[in-house]
Amino acid sequence: MKLTNRSKHMAKKPMTLAERAYLPAILTGMGITLKHFFSKKATIRYPEELRPMSPTFRGLHVLKRDEQGKERCTACGLCAVACPAEAITMVAGERKKGEQNLYREEKYAVSYEINMLRCIFCGLCEEACPKAAIYLQADKMAPPRFERDEFIYGKDRLVEPVDPNARSKRGIQLTAEQAEALARRMAGMDA
Amino acid sequence: MAKITFDGIEIEVPDGTTILNAARKIGGNIVPPAMCYYTPIKGTGGKCRACLVKVAAGSAKDPRPMPKLVPSCITTVQDGMVVENTTNQSVLDVRKGIVEMLLINHPLDCPVCDQAGECDLQNFAFEHGVATTRYEEERRTFEKIDIGPYIQLHMTRCILCYRCVYTADQLTERRVHGVLGRGDAAEIGTYIDNIIDQDFSGNVIDVCPVGALTDKTWRFKSRVWFTKPVNAHRDCGNPKCSGNVVLWYKGKDVLRVTARKDEYGEVKEWICNECRFEKKETADWTLEGPAHIDSSSVISANHYELPVVNPQVIADLPESSVRDLENNPPLKLGR
Repeated sequence: MKLTNRSKHMAKKPMTLAERAYLPAILTGMGITLKHFFSKKATIRYPEELRPMSPTFRGLHVLKRDEQGKERCTACGLCAVACPAEAITMVAGERKKGEQNLYREEKYAVSYEINMLRCIFCGLCEEACPKAAIYLQADKMAPPRFERDEFIYGKDRLVEPVDPNARSKRGIQLTAEQAEALARRMAGMDA
Repeated sequence: MAKITFDGIEIEVPDGTTILNAARKIGGNIVPPAMCYYTPIKGTGGKCRACLVKVAAGSAKDPRPMPKLVPSCITTVQDGMVVENTTNQSVLDVRKGIVEMLLINHPLDCPVCDQAGECDLQNFAFEHGVATTRYEEERRTFEKIDIGPYIQLHMTRCILCYRCVYTADQLTERRVHGVLGRGDAAEIGTYIDNIIDQDFSGNVIDVCPVGALTDKTWRFKSRVWFTKPVNAHRDCGNPKCSGNVVLWYKGKDVLRVTARKDEYGEVKEWICNECRFEKKETADWTLEGPAHIDSSSVISANHYELPVVNPQVIADLPESSVRDLENNPPLKLGR
């Protein structure tokens, strides 16, 4: 029974003289090999070279600071309750006197941990965050490690550096309009 | 007895019942929300305007409609009254305005607030309000005052429902707090620099519809949806204390103790301060089982419970799957 027209009828026929000569077939094969020396390579020289990535790629998390360098996160727990993999845990604490330049609100995250083995990088934490504190960076990934506990990222590895120049340059770039809208929204919340 | 029609549903209630309580007898989604009315406390109601309804016909004798929307929690029924709540668009529109009004001075610091997740105002705004704010002016602020080791006062969050004032009047021996000032400057406070530590004063925490009065021993310990509520009781020596509570567990730790609330978020059995603030060990309590939470509440997120099954239909079920709905109704934290 024939199901498609793509099947080829094969029959055992004696080889022709050209086929029996062996050399033309060898030369064809060598030609194909030679062609690949000059064609574009499928691999890149990682890590010196990096592949272009989407600007909306969801990589390693970062806990943002605001313009004055204060931590934005207020440990409200919305990221953790939104997380489908239950990868986020946190402990909240009360801001003491004199720590106003460290934390934005009277409550802050004393510890904040993300288990990168559990995380599925869906970005729901970023969506849930009412304080614009957590973002998934477009240019960083959780690197491979040898031990499991090395994948539990604490605040030491999640909070971005105080020095603005040391921070990741890439990430979500807002248009002027979007930035203004966000600023307005945040102002309404902090009042 | 008076026969009224509420949203097209006829019900007969005793004379002197309020419209709100008549609606609660019907139950379901037609019940108007209430922010200041609190059944067990006398004198509450008529402050927040959340429960406004349209009376389309005043009574059988005088079927003229009432000219303005009326607060259903303090308006009593009359025979032949026709009330419209969810079936009247003007009521729903006005309710949006009420949300806006209550939120004018509310700081919206829900990410910081310990009440978030079981807050009446949050639920009210979520269900009846609009998503955006039109208010651009500065919100009122207050100097922080310390009212003792048990209760934390956040005056900025207060909606001046007066529930805590009446509660302190009717439950505790001596009320030391009240509403000071007038109009925009009205605030809950103690006169002068007093602390609230009378027995049963902890009940103002449960009564507060917002996060203005919260448990200081539970302050910032955890978000309410990361804790697991468990019904428990103990033999409390205090005759006024029921000893029936909900323990809020995180892991093995009891993070806080609250009184039990019914589906309208009201406490029917008060508990003393010793039960609420001092007894935070499992050994102090006789556990009854998990308190059931309505699936619409955020507290039910990541809490897995067996579905309700009718024991008469399926025999030989494990006891844990059979819910005693009569005595243990689903806990609905705010409406």
